[in-house]
Amino acid sequence: MNWSDLNLMLALPEVVLLLAILAILLIDLFIPEDRKSVTYGLTLLTLVGLTAVQIVGFPAAPATTFSTMYISDPLASVVKIAMYAATFCVLVYGRQYNAARGMERGDYYTLTLFALLGMNVMVSASSFLTLYMGLELLSLALYALIAIQRDSMPGVEASMKYFVLGALASGLLLYGISMVYGATGTLDIATVARAIHAGNTNALLLTFGLVFLVAGLCFKLGAVPFHMWVPDVYHGSPTSVTMMIGAAPKLAAFVFILRILVQGLDALAVHWQGMLVLVSILSMLIGNVTAIAQTNIKRMLAYSTISHMGFLLLGVLAATPEGYSAALYYAVVYVFTSLVGFGILLVLSRKGFDCEKLSDLAGLNQRNSWYALLMLLAMFSMAGIPPMAGFYAKFAVISAVAHIGMVPLAVFAVLMSLIGAFYYLRVVKVIYFDAAEDNNEITVAGDIKLLLSLNAVALLVFGIVPDRLIEVCFAAVKQSLVLM
Amino acid sequence: MGLTMFTNLLSLVIWAPIVAGLLVLATGGDQRAGLARWVALVGSVASFLLSLPLYTSFTDLHGGMQFEEMRPWIEALNINYHLGVDGISMLFVVLNSFTTVLVVLAGWQVIEKRVAQYMAAFLIMSGLINGAFAALDAILFYVFFEAMLIPMYLIIGVWGGPRRVYASIKFFLYTLLGSLLMLVAFIYLSRQTGSFEIASFHDARLAMNVQVMVFIAFFLSFAVKVPMWPVHTWLPDAHVEAPTGGSMVLAAITLKIGAYGFLRFALPIVPDACHYFAPAMVALSLVAVVYIGLVALVQTDMKKLVAYSSISHMGFVTLGMFMFSGTQLNAWAVEGALIQMVSHGFVSAAMFMCIGVMYDRVHSRNIADYGGVANKMPIFASFMMLFSMANAGLPATSGFVGEGMVVLGAVQVNFWYAFLAATTLIFGAAYTLWMYKRVLFGEVANSHVADMKDVNKREFLILAILALMVLGMGLYPQAFISKMHFSVNDLIAHVAQSKLVDH
Repeated sequence: MNWSDLNLMLALPEVVLLLAILAILLIDLFIPEDRKSVTYGLTLLTLVGLTAVQIVGFPAAPATTFSTMYISDPLASVVKIAMYAATFCVLVYGRQYNAARGMERGDYYTLTLFALLGMNVMVSASSFLTLYMGLELLSLALYALIAIQRDSMPGVEASMKYFVLGALASGLLLYGISMVYGATGTLDIATVARAIHAGNTNALLLTFGLVFLVAGLCFKLGAVPFHMWVPDVYHGSPTSVTMMIGAAPKLAAFVFILRILVQGLDALAVHWQGMLVLVSILSMLIGNVTAIAQTNIKRMLAYSTISHMGFLLLGVLAATPEGYSAALYYAVVYVFTSLVGFGILLVLSRKGFDCEKLSDLAGLNQRNSWYALLMLLAMFSMAGIPPMAGFYAKFAVISAVAHIGMVPLAVFAVLMSLIGAFYYLRVVKVIYFDAAEDNNEITVAGDIKLLLSLNAVALLVFGIVPDRLIEVCFAAVKQSLVLM
Repeated sequence: MGLTMFTNLLSLVIWAPIVAGLLVLATGGDQRAGLARWVALVGSVASFLLSLPLYTSFTDLHGGMQFEEMRPWIEALNINYHLGVDGISMLFVVLNSFTTVLVVLAGWQVIEKRVAQYMAAFLIMSGLINGAFAALDAILFYVFFEAMLIPMYLIIGVWGGPRRVYASIKFFLYTLLGSLLMLVAFIYLSRQTGSFEIASFHDARLAMNVQVMVFIAFFLSFAVKVPMWPVHTWLPDAHVEAPTGGSMVLAAITLKIGAYGFLRFALPIVPDACHYFAPAMVALSLVAVVYIGLVALVQTDMKKLVAYSSISHMGFVTLGMFMFSGTQLNAWAVEGALIQMVSHGFVSAAMFMCIGVMYDRVHSRNIADYGGVANKMPIFASFMMLFSMANAGLPATSGFVGEGMVVLGAVQVNFWYAFLAATTLIFGAAYTLWMYKRVLFGEVANSHVADMKDVNKREFLILAILALMVLGMGLYPQAFISKMHFSVNDLIAHVAQSKLVDH
């Protein structure tokens, strides 16, 4: 390893994050059980600090360090800022829920931060090795978080399922990586791309490796036919952890795909495009159709996630800068929309009661019209109805595939979003048209209410003035992906 | 052009009701329902007054768009906030703002639960509809077009009748299906022309197979909205379950957006495909006019009857729009279709208002539950007589002008088209007047009818305004025709030119 080019400043967010985690770990030991809000506060402070560091050091152009193992570029920075914000929301929305279930312990916060560190590493990886390291750090932290309620059978079961299937996916990924290494003799993503473009690589070996890589990636993303873990894990985990799994990791997984398929293997685009078309079609179809049959909202949102990943892949498989930007925008909008959805479920849960079934939302408009409105915004945004932000996300990915001439795929996608609209509408129906069964008062702390409201209203505001956010996503992709 | 004071007028007309709607929503729960009503009334009246200069300052000396506004909206996707109205869309913006005032009044005492939400939904929808009529960018149009589904969905589902949930979901999904395909067509067209400007779509040269595909997408989107036979089945369900105000807006305005879509999108963008499909469109329209007219005859539910009569009347509109002689559209028929749209806006709103007035007293929409109402409500009976005559297309009412012009235009194209279309004058009179006879005339049928009180001041005001419009339009249609004349001529000239790619 060559230490002369080591520029720690480029990796400052990760350094700060790691130091903060270690500090919080230590401090937490001296904080009594009933004052864990100090740990909570410190964790939030860390996220705010990280965001500041990220914004101040926003890179104008890609730069690498750690012997080209680590890359800092606008894409990574934009995604990291979105991940900090998402994690911030996850922690705030989940505080009451966690406290009522004895989950507000130091390890909850440190594990969350470790997961974030793993995602940061994934997003900034420019070598297959760093990518894999980041992914494993994220996964390990998530396995533990899912089972954080030791006595909860569904939680432990979900954790085991996620662990076994996740390990299998990691194996597939590693196997694929090893074949790429065998064909090109390097693990550095940029060098891999150059070697393939130079043309003296074993095409068969590369294509074979690509199949395993795509399988592994789809596994992590939760796309059909590698989606079986998603509903069980979403259902079994405590809702605050489900929200966590559905938020920032989706962004990290998306960048993971861009780094491998676009930055590393763009010469094989013809091959992965075909695979992703299939995966995308199946995800949209099975995700949407199965979601209709669900009565449990967490399961319904799990299948809806699967279908959203299908839409996201539409942007990737377009294999154009426009498509990647659209997919990035889709991912960001999706994450913040799902945060509202899960946030409302957390708000409606209380000690000894988890809001999980569709019928638990019945008559929410009568009980509290403000939360009903917030959920309405989230559902219509997910369904892609204007003027919600979700519309522009769907519009952008669909126009990306239409522009490369795949009009039938675009038509299929809009038909699937029609099916999707049905079950989102059903949630709105239950909230607005049905009579309330549960008349317990909804008691929510002011900070949760404020942040959740801001989050949901943002879905509408970014629908009416979507220009800025779209611009940021397009610029980030344009400045980061050097396309050959 | 000396209209600088009106540079943002269209934006105002779109956003004023939306802001008013948010204000109404902010008044909170039903303990402040009175405040919500007044804020809604002030908001809707102000929006209507704002829309009036659109009519009065609209110059009918030349065609083209007026009151244009243009600024970039989403530059990365090449989408603009581009507004403007021609002689066709201007009328509907004003009509919509006008109807909203009546809707607020119509729900004044009748709506008792969640008043603020009810009023807010109508005001917001009014702004969105104005946006759809005024948009000159295809995506901007789509955003307004789709967004109005949300308030309508809630209006039917929350304040509707017993089968409201089924009706609201059916309404939403039916209309969403069509518009999603239209979105793909827009994306495709923007690929061909490099922008989402509707005007640039108008100039695109497209091969016949492409035109056919684009036409089908437009057809599915707009035919569902109009609604044309056989995709009309959502309308009776939605109407029957919707509250009175919802039915008024549905019939008076939202159906018109479908017909407007044919004029603004299908005809000018894919004229050759329209010409190709014209016989089919005429056939579907005639089926709507004749067959749906007969269906209306056998209805036992008053609201369903008027809903079917709406479909039948809208059949006239689509018939008039697809009257080709050669590649030339017939000017009489197109103008007649437009007049019919405006007239139907008044007449159907009035009919639903009348049914609402009776429903509020007896809580039944069944014809069989009434009889002899005229004995108890003479003032109401005179109003309803006028509106029934207008619905049947009696001369001197607005209903006659449009239907007469379409039939006259149709005679020039094909006698049998005109003959079949003219049967509506018989069927329309039959179902409307027969209903009128069974409900209003005869002996007082039961104790509920005996308890009915004549219209109060609020109801009188609404009905009187509508009666004025129906008569005014029937006696002096020139006030409307003169505004739209140039725009219709432009349209006909544009459609007459083939847009097939030269080989």
